[in-house]
Amino acid sequence: MEQLIEWIKQPWPWYVAGPLIGLTVPALLIIGNKSFGISSSLRHACAACIPAKIPFFQYDWKKETWNILFVVGIFLGGVIASLFLSNPEAVVVAESTQRDLALLGITDFTSLLPADIFNWSNLFTLKGLFFFVIGGFLVGFGTRYAGGCTSGHAIMGISNLQWPSMVATVFFMIGGFVMTHLILPYIMALVGF
Amino acid sequence: MKVKENIPQANPVECEAPNMGKSGESGWKLLRYLIVGVLFGIVFVKAEVISWFRIQEMFRLQSFFMYGVIGSAILVGLVSIQLIKRFGVKTLSGEPIKIADKEFRKGQVIGGFIFGLGWALTGACPGPLFAQIGFGYSVIVVTLLSAIAGTWVYGKFADKLPN
Repeated sequence: MEQLIEWIKQPWPWYVAGPLIGLTVPALLIIGNKSFGISSSLRHACAACIPAKIPFFQYDWKKETWNILFVVGIFLGGVIASLFLSNPEAVVVAESTQRDLALLGITDFTSLLPADIFNWSNLFTLKGLFFFVIGGFLVGFGTRYAGGCTSGHAIMGISNLQWPSMVATVFFMIGGFVMTHLILPYIMALVGF
Repeated sequence: MKVKENIPQANPVECEAPNMGKSGESGWKLLRYLIVGVLFGIVFVKAEVISWFRIQEMFRLQSFFMYGVIGSAILVGLVSIQLIKRFGVKTLSGEPIKIADKEFRKGQVIGGFIFGLGWALTGACPGPLFAQIGFGYSVIVVTLLSAIAGTWVYGKFADKLPN
């Protein structure tokens, strides 16, 4: 039993995590005919709290309560993992990535998110503006414009052999490559790294 | 030759991750989705896919990890859906399982690209944002609120954007 707990506390390899994430697809379908998707919850949040008579938010969001509970569950999963299943060791980051990021000014590689960027004291600085405010905005705007995110398109859509989802996924990746290789170096310099 | 007419949709897609369930669900039945979410969130944290560094490794092609996660998730999803269709698996309440088709729109190209930019910057797609906050990175609440704002702004201008 102790060995099992020890094993669970270690970071899980991709061939354990990936299939478990994939099983969410049949689980949601069999429980109640729900298509796996996460970014929709952001739309439901708008429809529930700030619909402002916009047609895009005029729908019966209460029917999608399941989706809101699903993301609340993801939040709670994060809490549980942090309290009981946390890995005491530092995060293992590929050496080549560490080297590249060190050149950009990242110094802290110990936790899941770089402490140089993601902390409250950066909120009202250029770091906060780019990494929290603009970054978050692009995620929310882009996923809704695309009609889904990594879960709804890349996993659910491609699993169901939907070619529009394949197109969306290709452009998610292109956007990520462009940001990482072409834009991020300038942002890092601009925000003071 | 008969040209297939393209009938414009009167209403925007009601929801992209639609609820195809016919029978209403309430109370404890809805808690099942919370439980699936909890398990899903735990996997997110334990595989460290909520890590900003994992996303950087992926976009720098310096680790196979995220490709392995997403690839094997798709494979399991694909096989599951094929089995569900082949054997006519029903939901727990006995309804036939239905999955809406995704329609192609320009948004999948433009919006997809925009999301990709944000994905590399924040190191998170929408799912991991919730898990990051739960894990203890409370400042990600700001990212989440900004993502909700982005969704709202899209909704506001949805009919003026190319689609």
